[in-house]
Amino acid sequence: MAATSARRIAAQQGDSQLVVEGVSKRFGGVVAVQDVSLEVPRGAIVSIIGPNGAGKTSLLNMISGFYKPDNGRVVLEGTDITQKKPSDIAALGIARTFQNIALFSGLTVLDNLMLGRHVRMKSGVIGSVIYWGMAQKEDIAHREACEEIIEFLKLQDLRKQPTAALAYGLRKRVELGRALALEPRVLLLDEPMGGMNQDEKEDMARYILDVNQERGVTVVLIEHDMGVVMDISDRVVVLDRGRRISAGTPDEVQRDPVVIQAYLGTGKGGERT
Amino acid sequence: MSLVDSAVTATLPKLLQRNAEQDPNGAGIREKTRGVWRTYSWKAYRDNVRDLGLGLAAIGFKRGDKLSVIGDNRPQLYFAQLAAQALGGVSVPVYQDSIASELVYVLNHAETSIIVAEDQEQVDKALSLKAQLPCLRVIIYDDPRGLTFYDDPILRSFESIVEEGRRFGQANPGFYEAEAAKGQADDTAMIAYTSGTTGNPKGVMLSHRNMIATAEAFIEVNDVKAGDNWLSYLPMAWVGDAAFTLGMALIGRLTANCPESPETVQRDLRELGPDVMLAPPRIWENMLTLMQVKGSDASPLKRWMFECFRSLAERCELKRSDGKNLSLADRLGLSLGEFMVYGPVRDQLGLRRARWCYTGGAPLGPDTYRFFRSFGINLKQVYGATEASALIACQADAEANPNTVGRPIPRIEVKIDDRGEVLLKGANVFKGYFKQDDVTRDTVTEDGWLKTGDAGFFDKQGHLVIIDRAKDVGKLSDGSAFAPQFIENKLKFSPFIREAVAFGDQRPFVVAMIAIDMQTAGTWAEKQGLAYTSFMDLSRKPEVAGMIGTEIAKANATLPDVQQVKRYLLLNKELDADDAEMTRTRKVRRRFVAEKYAPVIEAFYGGAKSVDVTMEITFEDGRKSTLNSTITIHDIASAEPVRRAA
Repeated sequence: MAATSARRIAAQQGDSQLVVEGVSKRFGGVVAVQDVSLEVPRGAIVSIIGPNGAGKTSLLNMISGFYKPDNGRVVLEGTDITQKKPSDIAALGIARTFQNIALFSGLTVLDNLMLGRHVRMKSGVIGSVIYWGMAQKEDIAHREACEEIIEFLKLQDLRKQPTAALAYGLRKRVELGRALALEPRVLLLDEPMGGMNQDEKEDMARYILDVNQERGVTVVLIEHDMGVVMDISDRVVVLDRGRRISAGTPDEVQRDPVVIQAYLGTGKGGERT
Repeated sequence: MSLVDSAVTATLPKLLQRNAEQDPNGAGIREKTRGVWRTYSWKAYRDNVRDLGLGLAAIGFKRGDKLSVIGDNRPQLYFAQLAAQALGGVSVPVYQDSIASELVYVLNHAETSIIVAEDQEQVDKALSLKAQLPCLRVIIYDDPRGLTFYDDPILRSFESIVEEGRRFGQANPGFYEAEAAKGQADDTAMIAYTSGTTGNPKGVMLSHRNMIATAEAFIEVNDVKAGDNWLSYLPMAWVGDAAFTLGMALIGRLTANCPESPETVQRDLRELGPDVMLAPPRIWENMLTLMQVKGSDASPLKRWMFECFRSLAERCELKRSDGKNLSLADRLGLSLGEFMVYGPVRDQLGLRRARWCYTGGAPLGPDTYRFFRSFGINLKQVYGATEASALIACQADAEANPNTVGRPIPRIEVKIDDRGEVLLKGANVFKGYFKQDDVTRDTVTEDGWLKTGDAGFFDKQGHLVIIDRAKDVGKLSDGSAFAPQFIENKLKFSPFIREAVAFGDQRPFVVAMIAIDMQTAGTWAEKQGLAYTSFMDLSRKPEVAGMIGTEIAKANATLPDVQQVKRYLLLNKELDADDAEMTRTRKVRRRFVAEKYAPVIEAFYGGAKSVDVTMEITFEDGRKSTLNSTITIHDIASAEPVRRAA
């Protein structure tokens, strides 16, 4: 497909936007992540795969600043962000979604998205109360940006619905929308298709590709569905028991005997698990 | 004098020009995007059509060329149709939900050279067919989303064509105006492909005269004001939408409003509150069903109130239609009801401002009809056909009646031939089928009478009554008449029955295949504590079958003995246009269904208790798979007790 190849070429030429250098994380005696490095080229889709407990989510948490690594560092576009607060990292352009949906269930879809723009809002409390001039203009601009995302994710009919009332697959989509509202340059997605049926997965895969191609957002993805991972990723990194055991293009990873043994386990690379 | 008699208003693009001159700042067309209604004034409307038209000319679109639009209702797609017509071209709108094989036939038959596609989904469809469409030269897309990396040279963005048009216009001043001025009333404006309940679709050629004269006649007998709002939500390929959004709106200077997306129509309708409205029976039935579903979730007090005022309104409506006077108590009750129930319901439905609403395309159950009327909605019937520019007859405000379709619109002659078929003559009769002269000769008599294919008669008041498709009316084996649609409509009034197909021609009794309504039947099942997973699972529940049996018995009570349904079954899938069981306008393709379900019909009359069915299912992308299953056949215990009770 022309679309994918163009993107891949761009990804190969691009510099590394996000670099993770030898990070480790221990929880008491348990080593969650050990000396893992990762390079994410600008404009690429990079997937992190591995069995349960391999340290995928811990790695994502260290990138987004929820955990501070014991060793190593995380560099975004040349800036060391290892010790920064999660909110500062978000403001620098890294957004994420969670494995367990973390939306405000009493708020509407639109309000959840507007909240996602919070770090981009400049008006203070007093300005917002008076709601005139700058604050009003700003609010309208943010609403416009959210409406664009609503259109992008085809959520028009759900705009004013409280998220608690939505089906699971839709809530996942809203969560993606909220992450996009931050206008990220790098998007971290933690199992965006977990618990979805085939139709919903296909839709979500399409949205991820669109986010990547149309909005030029770099994507780091954790996902268990091998079919999806191999289809949409430019690079795949395999973790097992906290260590990186393989990395490369989807084809290379699927052929890697270490991976087949540790993870796919079928002896036949490329089969869906 | 008719508009078509004047050289400056004889075509639709000329009428657009007239509107832009007479009312440049008035609202021409509106669309909802990103949550906000955005308006194009008549001048902006004209400018957009002009620039796009110049762009089309720049890429070689010529007089007589065909342009197809495919997508949901968007101003850009209407611009494209008018732009093509301004250059002397023909617009060929196609159904946006058509699968690839249907599209190939229509686009090839029409010799479409330019496709204007709404978005990536439609572009993908068009690109996949490229090799099979020798006439196709350019695909223009409106929404660029997802198309960034498409590099096929056949693709052009809407913006780039408009840009090119502006440059072309500067280089050739007066070009557009000169081309538009060449348009004649008898030029073909559009080819509307009829969904065709039999065989391949046929291309109905409608001239500007057809569309303008029909709209003029309609406006003459209906309350239409300049500036009225109209919601353009019907499929663009359906002639009904063209007759309103292009015909009526340009002639009567109505504002067309495009909803945000197909999913938001109901909400957009409420926001907009259109002044005039047209909807097929399916939509009215949906509205009623939705109201019943929502109603059943309300508190007991509200339910009780709703029920009280509903039955009061229905009683009064019946009295009124019988010509009786209302008592003082009735009147007081109605005004209280208006405040407590009727007004709020109309508001919820988005029909608070609607001065009139039409239902057309298929018959609507009289009970549904009466329900809306009793709630103060001026619902009336309209009758039309693609070959008659969408309109043949409609009802006046004072003559609403669920059983007739009203009087023929002005300047149209209607007569019934000796076989009972409705024939008509007038300015609304089409130019002929595109490239199918033999079929045209079968449809239009030598002295200009169009055969509608509908069986009907005039009642005492002079109102036209349509019974059924002439070719579907049959006889039971005892010789009594059998009109399947008549029976099906009775069945479909049950909120639990979405579709029904009745058989009985040359048979001893009537049987019916029922497709349940997933939403209402599902809600019912939940209330009964029945767990179910899918449509198939739900329709196999004996409890559901029993409940539907009761519903059929109720419908039977309103039917003459011989016409009553004796046996029925519940289909384990919905009838679907993708499986060719229905047309894209959701009419059952009776003959096709009869063939497809032949073993089922045999089992009905063979007395079997169940039947094995193998069905082919087509997915939206054209893939196919088969479904094997056993369907149980049920008997209606006996209609007698129910009938006595009723």
